Amino acid sequence: MAIAPVPTTGATTPPAGRTARPAGAARRDWRMAAEIVLFTAPALVLFAVFVVWPILRAVQFSLYRWKGFGPLVDFVGLQNYVSVLANGVFTGAVAHNLIIVVASILVQLPLGLALALLLNRKMRGQGLLRTIIFVPYVLSEVIAGVVWFQLLQPGRGVVEALLGTVGLEGPYQGFLGTPSLALPTLVVVLTWKYVGLAVLLFLAGLQGVPDELAEAAQIDGASWWQTQWRVTIPLLGPTIRMWAFLSMIGSLQLFDMVWILTGGGPANATTTMATFLVNEGTKRQNYGIAAAASVVLFVIALVMAVTYQRFVLRRDTAEADVPRGVR
Amino acid sequence: MNTIRALSLAAAGSLVLTLAACGGDSEGSGSSGGSGDGTTITWWHNSNTGAGLEYYTELAAQFEEETGVTVEMEAMAHEDMLTKLDAAFQADDAPDIYMERGGGELADHVEAGLTKDLTELAAEEIEKVGGIAQGWTVDGKVYALPFSVGVVGFWYNTEMFEEAGIAEAPETWDEMYDVIDKLKAAGMEPISVGAGEKWPAAHYWYQFSLRHCAEDVLTDAVTSLDFSDPCFIRAGEDLEKLIAAEPFNRGFLSTPAQTGPTSASGLLATEQVAMEMQGHWEPGVMQGLTEDGKGLAGKLGWFPFPQVEGGQGDPAAQLGGGDAWGVSADAPDAAVDFVKFLLSDEVQRGFAERDMGLPTVPSAGDAVADPALAGLLEVRNDAPYVQLYFDTAFGQAVGGAMNDAIALMFAGQASPQDIVDATQAAADAEG
Repeated sequence: MAIAPVPTTGATTPPAGRTARPAGAARRDWRMAAEIVLFTAPALVLFAVFVVWPILRAVQFSLYRWKGFGPLVDFVGLQNYVSVLANGVFTGAVAHNLIIVVASILVQLPLGLALALLLNRKMRGQGLLRTIIFVPYVLSEVIAGVVWFQLLQPGRGVVEALLGTVGLEGPYQGFLGTPSLALPTLVVVLTWKYVGLAVLLFLAGLQGVPDELAEAAQIDGASWWQTQWRVTIPLLGPTIRMWAFLSMIGSLQLFDMVWILTGGGPANATTTMATFLVNEGTKRQNYGIAAAASVVLFVIALVMAVTYQRFVLRRDTAEADVPRGVR
Repeated sequence: MNTIRALSLAAAGSLVLTLAACGGDSEGSGSSGGSGDGTTITWWHNSNTGAGLEYYTELAAQFEEETGVTVEMEAMAHEDMLTKLDAAFQADDAPDIYMERGGGELADHVEAGLTKDLTELAAEEIEKVGGIAQGWTVDGKVYALPFSVGVVGFWYNTEMFEEAGIAEAPETWDEMYDVIDKLKAAGMEPISVGAGEKWPAAHYWYQFSLRHCAEDVLTDAVTSLDFSDPCFIRAGEDLEKLIAAEPFNRGFLSTPAQTGPTSASGLLATEQVAMEMQGHWEPGVMQGLTEDGKGLAGKLGWFPFPQVEGGQGDPAAQLGGGDAWGVSADAPDAAVDFVKFLLSDEVQRGFAERDMGLPTVPSAGDAVADPALAGLLEVRNDAPYVQLYFDTAFGQAVGGAMNDAIALMFAGQASPQDIVDATQAAADAEG
């Protein structure tokens, strides 16, 4: 697994006029190289120690049967990978992660967009509304998880009390204890938690959309709705694409909220790749299996990130290169 | 640039997660040998509040005064201690004295050369605690000295039983089903179980196995990891029958074991359910879950797991476990002396008087104050053998798979055969 050399998209074309080298250019190049080394060294060292080294170690651990202590002696080759990929709980976890990725985008995108467009208009109580929507994002996942766990208590929680006022009764095992309801419930809580981030980013993106364009569209007779749909939202494209990317990576690595709310249960209905590997590692002391699962998670995240970068974000980075060249 | 940032994000997130737990390779910094002046020993335990902490602090000071050995004591919450111990073992930097739960976990520590053989060094204490030391024995050698061992049974609210018209604690499962029906008829939730954390649910299957399986089948299983005996299937069938009778609290699949008033122990402590099957630590746990700090004091009863019909196991055998003091392989001799001191009659008596656990030294038994605990101690002492909790006995890898499968049965998604199959598969993967 080669990790360090990262294939960069775009921005690789050499600057024009490279052949005409004025006198002293070689020395300037050397100085520049020295400066680059000097200034990037701390970052590179940190990157190597906290990113590259752990990755290499995880790959190493994944090839052994190891209980977490004592020397690494029991080499098993790719057997850990075979057991991870053949494990129904893990493949289920991959499916849950993908469901959460898709659900996050399908639910949070329209909701976040609607709220952002709404909040972008001048209105009373705007600041308060923005705060209310953004507060859940500021809370730590653990705190939010504990609060929701209490709210969703079967038979005793606030949510079921509210349902009771309209004559409904919650499921016998509660929303988090019923296998078929646990994952949808998790998605709802995640939406509550993260829609604020989408709104915040979209609002920031909206600041970059010139008012003149909307005014011009209105002069041309476009309705508010048409203006949003044809002018504002397309111009918000880069922001939306970047948010979707963050949301995707976050969903793939989801851990805290699941751990607190359900611990991956009931009946593995909410296990994610991250809860699977933590369970295998720290609870069952199958560190080899856990390391193999973490490498699989890494590869999945990497493939999705690179693919997204190539096919979706490329346009945005290419556009961004134009002003950079001028500078 | 974006790519690099994205990749490092993905990488850091996904991998650092595991590796945070398995980092260090640093060489051990164990203390040097020899006892007496200048020696320092480190001691980790989980009595981190109230009278227990006070007592242990006192003992450390007393030992320091008598021997000139400095005792560095660290008291922490149980879960924190387990996490920290794992990390310390990984870093080859374990404390000199720590708590061992026995079984497969201990066997792993022994295999990795982490813990000291105490067979000769503490022969006198080992003889004193007798058969209880069996749980901390690997290949005929004792690696830790048990200081508190209890058994698992049903804790119940005597007042609620009376209200429901139940005169006596049930002794067989037929009587138990009768009790469940009566409690339900009185509008009470009979039993709470923290199936959200799996092990409290798994204990039911252990108990049924203990009743159905002959002793030698269980002892063999621990070493051969062979679960083909039909008694394990019968255990699953009995458990299925119990779950079908719906005795458990509402939402039991997501109920935690003993954290907070809505946990399984909290429900018993706050009189929302009539009983819960738990270990000897339950009265102490419940004290922490009630506002007045008393738990169910005054109306707390205890009875052992009821008999099953046609079981091969000794009806008096009990499921249980406990804690022992282990000594690190490279710890100084003074650490062994300290552990022997902790197992002395006086120290164990003081331990029992403070209800810190169930003493293993026979002479300290009558010092247990709580009547329910005293009854439990009697059952433990009369048991022909105490089977260590299966997940501890079989080690975390096999035990974890076993617990997961049992939890699936509680969710209605596993058959008796599935439990045996999942356990066997995990055992076979151990190699």
